[in-house]
Amino acid sequence: MVVKEFRQMRRDRVTFGMMVGIPLLQLILFGYAINSDPKHLPTAILDNDRSIFSRDVAMAMQNSLYFDFTRTVASEAEADALLRLGRIQFVLTIPPHFGRDLIRGDRPALLLEADATDPSATSNAVSAIRQAALTACNRDLTGPLAALRAGDGPVDLRLHARYNPEAVTQYNIVPGLMGVVLTMTLVIITSLAITRERERGTMENLLITPVRPVEVLVGKILPYIVVGYLQMILIVLAAKLLFKVPFLGSLPLLFTVSFPFIAANLGVGITFSTVARNQLQAVQMSFFFFLPSILLSGFMFPFRGMPEWAQWVGSALPLTHFLRVVRGIVLKGNGFWDIAPSLWPICLFLVVSVGIGLLRYRQTLD
Amino acid sequence: MNAAAPVIDVVGLTKVFGRKTVVDHLDMQVGRGEIYGFLGPNGSGKTTFIRMLCGLLRPDDGSGTCLGFDVRTQADHIKPQVGYMSQKFSLYEDLSVRENLDFIARMYGVADRAKATARTIERMRLGRFRDQLAGTLSGGWKQRLALAACMIHEPKLLLLDEPTAGVDPMARRDFWDAVHRLAGEGITALISTHYMDEAERCHRLAYIAYGHLLARGTVAEIVAGEGLATYEITGPELYSLMERLRALPGVEQVVAFGLTLHVSGRDAAALAGSLEPLAVAPYGVTRIPSNLEEVFISLMRKAVS
Repeated sequence: MVVKEFRQMRRDRVTFGMMVGIPLLQLILFGYAINSDPKHLPTAILDNDRSIFSRDVAMAMQNSLYFDFTRTVASEAEADALLRLGRIQFVLTIPPHFGRDLIRGDRPALLLEADATDPSATSNAVSAIRQAALTACNRDLTGPLAALRAGDGPVDLRLHARYNPEAVTQYNIVPGLMGVVLTMTLVIITSLAITRERERGTMENLLITPVRPVEVLVGKILPYIVVGYLQMILIVLAAKLLFKVPFLGSLPLLFTVSFPFIAANLGVGITFSTVARNQLQAVQMSFFFFLPSILLSGFMFPFRGMPEWAQWVGSALPLTHFLRVVRGIVLKGNGFWDIAPSLWPICLFLVVSVGIGLLRYRQTLD
Repeated sequence: MNAAAPVIDVVGLTKVFGRKTVVDHLDMQVGRGEIYGFLGPNGSGKTTFIRMLCGLLRPDDGSGTCLGFDVRTQADHIKPQVGYMSQKFSLYEDLSVRENLDFIARMYGVADRAKATARTIERMRLGRFRDQLAGTLSGGWKQRLALAACMIHEPKLLLLDEPTAGVDPMARRDFWDAVHRLAGEGITALISTHYMDEAERCHRLAYIAYGHLLARGTVAEIVAGEGLATYEITGPELYSLMERLRALPGVEQVVAFGLTLHVSGRDAAALAGSLEPLAVAPYGVTRIPSNLEEVFISLMRKAVS
């Protein structure tokens, strides 16, 4: 019995590969890619003071490793737009006369606005800024000014957690779940679709009829697009009724832009199903796709916390972009043009995956 | 297409899988309304040949037409007019009889699906099982459903790959009656089978082995062509006689046939000479006409050597 199992295992190359590949993949992803303490978060600075003090505060923040000042903005509106588009994680606003007020002991306000859609991405950075600001000011406040260090501290640090002020994890997870559920179920279901036809011998009957490959593939995909939308409706209802997730954006927009994402996942499934020789292989391939999708997309762990190569891999997956779309619409009230930068990679992925599926689909039994 | 032109007309059709030549330069001509039997041992290339005719496989060499269309380039034109039944049941087990037929009708773009489905169900006497799931049908009824499915779009040519494998004699007879009825309507059928009685119900036969054509023609032509002489031997304890018979000159086949032995060979004179001393009581030796099976086994032995 044991010998037979090993023999069969050796024959089924794909299963064998998966048995080695999946642990390896997990090792790499969990070991190297995932980091729940993201650093070097892109931050914009709106410096209305431009004094030595404001520069020192910024420098100290940079030194904390949590903040990277990637942009200098001139107005609040500009900072707002960047935050809404997800280009930056934080905006540091230094008020006019910050330095003067600091020396006077007026405890000037230092405003840090955070894109808190994912509370776990920002929480550590937020606690780091307090220390950084304090260190910077204390270094500058020497001699006669040293007295200002006492009391509540020399600056009034104000934190603004935007989009998810109470840092409710569910607000971030539940909309994201929409993408995860769609990825998981749709890829598996469709990867089985053609494989099952081949395994049961019904493919032969399908090939002998005059139907064209495109008709077969579209026919296979369409019913599951309906299934995908039903799943979305279910999650939206649950998000609203059970988790009370605030919906800032337009629901019709969300459903419209989900179309390429749903179709892209189905395309992946169809492609798998033209490659897999049996249903087990199809499921294994789906799992191989699903694992990096869930781990590298920013669903479970902050995207910006991952090393650059992992971010590249993540950017190749449609879920990564879809999460930005969903979270953008639901939590930030993004409009179409705000999410467009995340939409085209999904469409590109759709074209590629369906294209490969069509190329691989054979009209003969050769 | 004019009525006299052959429905299947291929020359040198060849298919190679890897390094194995499964069908090796096979020719075939089948006329309109003809029931053409296709025989040969397992793995002789029958299925592959049939699949090449209807565009399921691309021939590696050879050329020809099926229903007047080029088998290499015009599969799209051939498919709508062919009813193909694969060896393995290839309909949906989780759909009912009617749903399966409706689906197939839709795939072929049959104009009045409801009518076509109803007519097919009636013609194949499937009415009783209309709403039963195909997976729950017994083997014979599954075959009948498969045959019904491949006729729903009124094809001009039926390509049936072992349509009666595992089917009881009664159902087989029904099946053959249906095929003959269709042939009367001008529908051509190419049918592969392992059953000799079925082979005898065909208008013409082709026998292939290892990808080569070994014989073709009517049953009588094939039997005559092989020139095989056969004797029937009766008597006690025939089993012990078999080994001894095999060693005799001129004896090529010894087959136990119920309470008798059939001994055949192509060299009739040598065979008669060898059997003559045996024809004493309690044994009886009688010359009988060779049957198709003996002819085919003889053909196959020749092909091997």
